[in-house]
Amino acid sequence: MSALFRIEHLSKQFGGLKVTRDVSLDLVPGDRVALIGPNGAGKTTLVNLVTGQLRPDSGQVFFGGEDVTRLSDVARVRKGLVRTFQVTRLFSEMTPDEHVTLTILQRKGRATRILERFGHDPAIEFEAADILSTLGLTEVAHRPVAEIAYGQQRLLEIAIALALRPRVLLLDEPAAGVPSSETPRIEAALARLSSDLAVLLIEHDMDLVFRFARKVVVLNGGEIVFTGAPDAAAADPRVREAYLGSYAHASRVA
Amino acid sequence: MQTVLSIAVDAFAYGMVLFIICIGLSVTMGLMQVVNLAHGGFAMIGGYIASYVARDMGLGYAAAVLAAIIGTIAIAIPLERFLYRRVYAQPQLIQVLMTIGITFCIIGITNYIFGPTLKTIPLPAALSGPVDIGFRTIAAHRLFVMVCGLAVALGLWLLIERTAFGIRLRAAVDNAAMTSALGVRTEFVYAVAFALAMGLAAFGGVVGAEFLPIEPYYALRYMVTFLVVVSVGGAGSISGALAACLLLGAVDTTGRYLFPDFGNFFFYLAVIVIVCAFPRGLLGREQARG
Amino acid sequence: MSETRPLAASGRRWPRDVIGLAAIALAGGAGYVLFPDSLAFLTRIISIALLVLSLDLLIGYCGIATLGQSALYGAGAYAAGIAAVNGLTDPVALIAVGALAGGVAGLLMGAVLLRAHGLPQLVLSIAFVQLFHEMANKAASITGGSDGLYGIAPGPLFGLFAFDLYGKTAFFAGLGLLLLVFAALSFVVRSPFGMTCRGIKEDPLRIRAMGIGVRPTLIKMFALSGAVAGMGGALGAIATQVVGLDSVSFELSANALVMLVLGGFGSLYGALIGTVIFLGVEHEVSAINPFHWMTLVGVMLIAVVLFAPRGLYGVMTDAVARWRGRP
Repeated sequence: MSALFRIEHLSKQFGGLKVTRDVSLDLVPGDRVALIGPNGAGKTTLVNLVTGQLRPDSGQVFFGGEDVTRLSDVARVRKGLVRTFQVTRLFSEMTPDEHVTLTILQRKGRATRILERFGHDPAIEFEAADILSTLGLTEVAHRPVAEIAYGQQRLLEIAIALALRPRVLLLDEPAAGVPSSETPRIEAALARLSSDLAVLLIEHDMDLVFRFARKVVVLNGGEIVFTGAPDAAAADPRVREAYLGSYAHASRVA
Repeated sequence: MQTVLSIAVDAFAYGMVLFIICIGLSVTMGLMQVVNLAHGGFAMIGGYIASYVARDMGLGYAAAVLAAIIGTIAIAIPLERFLYRRVYAQPQLIQVLMTIGITFCIIGITNYIFGPTLKTIPLPAALSGPVDIGFRTIAAHRLFVMVCGLAVALGLWLLIERTAFGIRLRAAVDNAAMTSALGVRTEFVYAVAFALAMGLAAFGGVVGAEFLPIEPYYALRYMVTFLVVVSVGGAGSISGALAACLLLGAVDTTGRYLFPDFGNFFFYLAVIVIVCAFPRGLLGREQARG
Repeated sequence: MSETRPLAASGRRWPRDVIGLAAIALAGGAGYVLFPDSLAFLTRIISIALLVLSLDLLIGYCGIATLGQSALYGAGAYAAGIAAVNGLTDPVALIAVGALAGGVAGLLMGAVLLRAHGLPQLVLSIAFVQLFHEMANKAASITGGSDGLYGIAPGPLFGLFAFDLYGKTAFFAGLGLLLLVFAALSFVVRSPFGMTCRGIKEDPLRIRAMGIGVRPTLIKMFALSGAVAGMGGALGAIATQVVGLDSVSFELSANALVMLVLGGFGSLYGALIGTVIFLGVEHEVSAINPFHWMTLVGVMLIAVVLFAPRGLYGVMTDAVARWRGRP
């Protein structure tokens, strides 16, 4: 009955600027929700509030029935609240295999062990290879990240997130900056995500949103202006206002 | 009571010396984002030049101060152009290394030229006696230093708040890329600010020689003190630097008066406590970088 | 573009480690044969090399700039020295005391330094070593103050090898210690912990998003680094049988940084090469004129920053790579 993940009345302001206003949202296992909105709508701030990089001024974040508002970002990740980054954040000299191996080690509580050899546990290596092959990264698994294509780096971001065995996954523009020839691979990866995983997708690419999401949340000026089916979103006047408002106004003046 | 007053006068004068030397460091650090460990080296160059002009050439105090400032700036400009400019956008560690290297060179070369001895800068008669300020007398030199410090603070404030150059400087501190896009020659702003900063360092080195004697390892010995002032005050903040100088001057002077055996113990303890409590400086702005 | 290769590539690296250790042992042996009259100096190089290695763990592997590393070296030196004066004479136990004291000092230093970033962090590191310096100076009844701590008389190593006048025992004990530490560190930097540290150096936020706490990891590295530096200090105390205030000083910290940078940080070999070259040249030049030596160090630093940011070891590996890459 209760949601896996819920945010209630979340607000945040920087100086006098309110970037998040009274946002509430919940996700149940298997959800595929897209969070969209024009530039500056406060999408990334919301992600940072949810994952714990920022502290909200008011409001709460619940995860699995527990209030995690005061927990650190690290603690939230360990509970299964996982994110990817809009701009790829990877270690340029490490290989995809090393990224995923390190992540699995963390999940097993072994990421900071000194008296252990890295990359010599067959079970972990097997799991890492499995995750990488799911995302089609087997060929580049042992090449430094600096040498692989950007699209593959984006897939590696997802691979790292999956290695954490998330229960809620926040994908911050997974296809940002990827050439259109490579987006199908990312879409395919998203389509294969486990069905009991709740996913919140932040995305600009509307085609991707329509194919992936079953529910759309539209953010504008820091507040939710629409929640509903993707089809209904395009026709909703508030959504049109959010995206076209300034243009519509400009054309009226002109 | 007498002790308290003596401490207060010394602390204030010492704080003003720190301010004159360090404000340039604070400005360059806030503006060019460069950690200049060699800053004290420029104060040292100023001191050596002043000592040479006043003592060996016998030209008097005012000429010595002037020569120190001009000479130091003349040395600083090519260094800015050919060395500093190459590390402005580099990681902090690289800047630290480069400027430690420059410090070592300054110490080595200055001592090679002028000889490795303590340098004195004879004060003119007008500054060496006591002055009666009504309820008590204080050393004229102390008074002179205080006036210099306040004049520098006021002058900088006028320069930054009231002139076209100040507007460009503030804009460049806030957002160098944008300022550059608006047609301001940031390289020129940087060069002028650097020259100004080094001129002030030289000035402070000369007038502060009674507090921080000009000696062979000056640049290394006081490197820490100067860096502390800026990190406590917050890079790029005049009022922060002023507050930090007065606070640290007070801590250091009081420590020396009351616990002379402990040397700099209380000074460093205070530094650790203050920096831990205000990791971004007393009045420093929150850095935009994550 | 420099060659990039996977960091923890495979198990095939162990022959490289054996070759590396053999090279260090060989270099040590060559030093013994070539400079039999300078064994005390060679032992000092080993002692300082441990300090520079410990600094490399923080700067090269975690990206933490510090100018206070000799606080940890000095903590080890004084702890071993004080223990020796108070009747602990077994050299191995003294090294262990040094490691422990250095480790504890490292924990303390980490707790203080990690409260700030950038310049304030650098300033904290300097204030930290200066505070240690003032404390060592002030507590003269235990530390000997500015006169130095005398009366350290270590017993025979393993109960068999007495510390002789020529410094043979001290030299070989030092070389053995260096090889042990080097082997251990080669392992550590390729452990999961070592990988996490490299990750923190490049992007702490990514490490956090992987669910790994940054602060606890770095504190651990500070303790480890402190233990290594402390062993270096203890070795120095045993070998010279005196501990001076200069072992806890800003100057020694800055020099250690210069050595590391000359050699190349982020590589354990770079730390060793830098130490040997710096101390070797200093030995020759500073005897002539200490200010010429400072100018030379300054010029070397500026040159490294401008032309060889990866240090001499980087220059060497690049040259080897180019030589191999030739048709």
